[in-house]
Amino acid sequence: MSTTETPTAPFVVPFTAPRLPSWAPTAAGALAVLFGLLLWMLGIGLVGSAVLAALSFTVGLPAWSRVVEGSRAAVDRLVTALVWASFAIAMIPLVWLLYTVVDRGGSTINVEFLTYEMRNVIGDEQGGIYHALMGTLLVTIAATIISVPIGLFTAIYVVEYGKKNRLSKLVTFLVDVMTGIPSIVAGLFALALFVLLVDPAYRSGFAGSVALSLLMIPTVVRSTEEMLRLVPEDLREASYALGVPKWRTITKVVLPTAFGGIVTGVVLAISRVIGETAPLLIVAGVVDSTNTNLFSERMQTLPVFIFNQYGLATDKGRAYAWGGALVLIALVMALNLIARIIGRIFAPSKG
Amino acid sequence: MATTSTEPERPQATTSRRAPKHGRGDRIFLGLSQAAAITILVTLVGVFVFLFVEGYDGLSLPADSYSEGGGATTFLGYVGPLIFGTTLAAIVALVIAVPLAVGIALFISHFAPKRLAVPIAYVMDLLAAVPSVVYGLWGGSALAVALKPVITWMGDHLNFLPFFSEENVAVNGRTMITAGLVLAIMILPIIAAICREVFSRTPRLHEEAALALGATRWEMIRYAVFPYARSGLVSAIMLGLGRALGETLAVAMVLPSSFIVTLNLIGESSPRTIAANIASNYKESTPSTQSLLIATGLVLFAFTFAVNFLARWVADSNDRKLNR
Repeated sequence: MSTTETPTAPFVVPFTAPRLPSWAPTAAGALAVLFGLLLWMLGIGLVGSAVLAALSFTVGLPAWSRVVEGSRAAVDRLVTALVWASFAIAMIPLVWLLYTVVDRGGSTINVEFLTYEMRNVIGDEQGGIYHALMGTLLVTIAATIISVPIGLFTAIYVVEYGKKNRLSKLVTFLVDVMTGIPSIVAGLFALALFVLLVDPAYRSGFAGSVALSLLMIPTVVRSTEEMLRLVPEDLREASYALGVPKWRTITKVVLPTAFGGIVTGVVLAISRVIGETAPLLIVAGVVDSTNTNLFSERMQTLPVFIFNQYGLATDKGRAYAWGGALVLIALVMALNLIARIIGRIFAPSKG
Repeated sequence: MATTSTEPERPQATTSRRAPKHGRGDRIFLGLSQAAAITILVTLVGVFVFLFVEGYDGLSLPADSYSEGGGATTFLGYVGPLIFGTTLAAIVALVIAVPLAVGIALFISHFAPKRLAVPIAYVMDLLAAVPSVVYGLWGGSALAVALKPVITWMGDHLNFLPFFSEENVAVNGRTMITAGLVLAIMILPIIAAICREVFSRTPRLHEEAALALGATRWEMIRYAVFPYARSGLVSAIMLGLGRALGETLAVAMVLPSSFIVTLNLIGESSPRTIAANIASNYKESTPSTQSLLIATGLVLFAFTFAVNFLARWVADSNDRKLNR
């Protein structure tokens, strides 16, 4: 049907190959949707008919194209369809996961859940995540306090002082290695460290912070390095030309210029480690009551709380796990959003 | 960057009484930043040293200490099945994730309308930001349930392949396939992000030359973008592999596992990974099992280190090639 309609355009140059009309993908898509609806009404499941509809589009459009345009264009259309499909497929888990967490966790969340701890909570009594929230907060803050100065100064060394000397090259390489450390190995390192230095049964929030720092430092170094490199060389030279010493140039010119980007990087790094579970499971331990002393006794954290409640395999445990997951996701998303906003506020005004 | 004009000689030349090259503030600041850089060096050496010191005993315990590992009597017998499980889970994840990631990267770099590309990149960042424990929770209680019919179907119809056996098909849906899928979703953003960067670095002139010769968009990608991106692609895959090897809780929460070696991806019991083994045994740790677990952790570290190192090496050699 379509072979006849292409030559009707008035000024087709005879050398051009016949092309499908520009509305062809839309039409094929509409047909595929109709096909899917039909299958759905015939009693095939929603997922099944959606998959079949997508498949019919991926096969149908290239087939049509092959008849009209030839095989090369058909392959092109096929690849285009596949690329769009891969994007659509990647969206499925994200939407599904967010929906499940909100759906199942939403009913668990209430004021008591956020303000109670799990101490002496038996059976169906109301418990909460207060102790885990406090733990997560303290451990993450301590990890940030350890990581940010080390990460910041390392980046300054590599970019401002190192100038590709041997130490800065080595450090760049080691930061790459650190990025690849599995989180559980970071936990084992903190365990081994404190077992050797303090005593074999030592568990504390601080040990968890040390483990988290190991995961956080490389991300801080990386993002800061990138931001410092973006600062124009002219600014530094202008400052030197005014006779300002190097360290004043760094603190008064380079760092303020890169400030937004650096803060964004730090917040993103925090959001990355706040959900880390494996190291905290090993070194910060599991406990049911609030502990605000970082340096002694076990400390519950939110991810570990989720893992534990899930492991109980009871209905209440599962509900609490989902509730905790919703709070954790909300925290992570909020941090991400804050990072974006900071980045946006500072970026244009300094550019 | 290429010039050396940033050295402090210049201000010295123009101003007369300014403190020379290294004033006190400069010395302190240089010292601080040097100290931070050296801290990183020391920490990383420390990771090796402490893991080695604490794990050394785990290498040569009495034979019955390893018996939990499927009747093994040596450390190698204990850790062997774990290495197998770790590798298997990571490979399943890669097989699923790599084509998707390449597709997404191409979508963002070459196919999506410009206005869509930025929000999509943001969504991929969100996917990367979801904590692993939440992935585990979702994989264990939502994805596994949804996959039940698919797994049963695989057992019934695909059992001519060595990966799908019709015996002991897991009825709860918590199989190696499920764990591999969860892992794939977790490593998808990192592979896609690197691929996207590599693809978009293809010289514009190469692309336009291909199009001018009459290539379709796919032919342009195949003959201009892919050859340029090949080693970047390899290193992206390796980095994803490193991430998948070390992932702990998502696997531990999804997969009921034991010390077995099997290629069957849909069985009731699956091979165990190193990280999941540590996470599930740390609680009842006597000093001897603790050192055993730390020793397996050291093996995992060495494994991921090797993979990451290889990835960087491939990427660097590519950079050198392109800069020449």
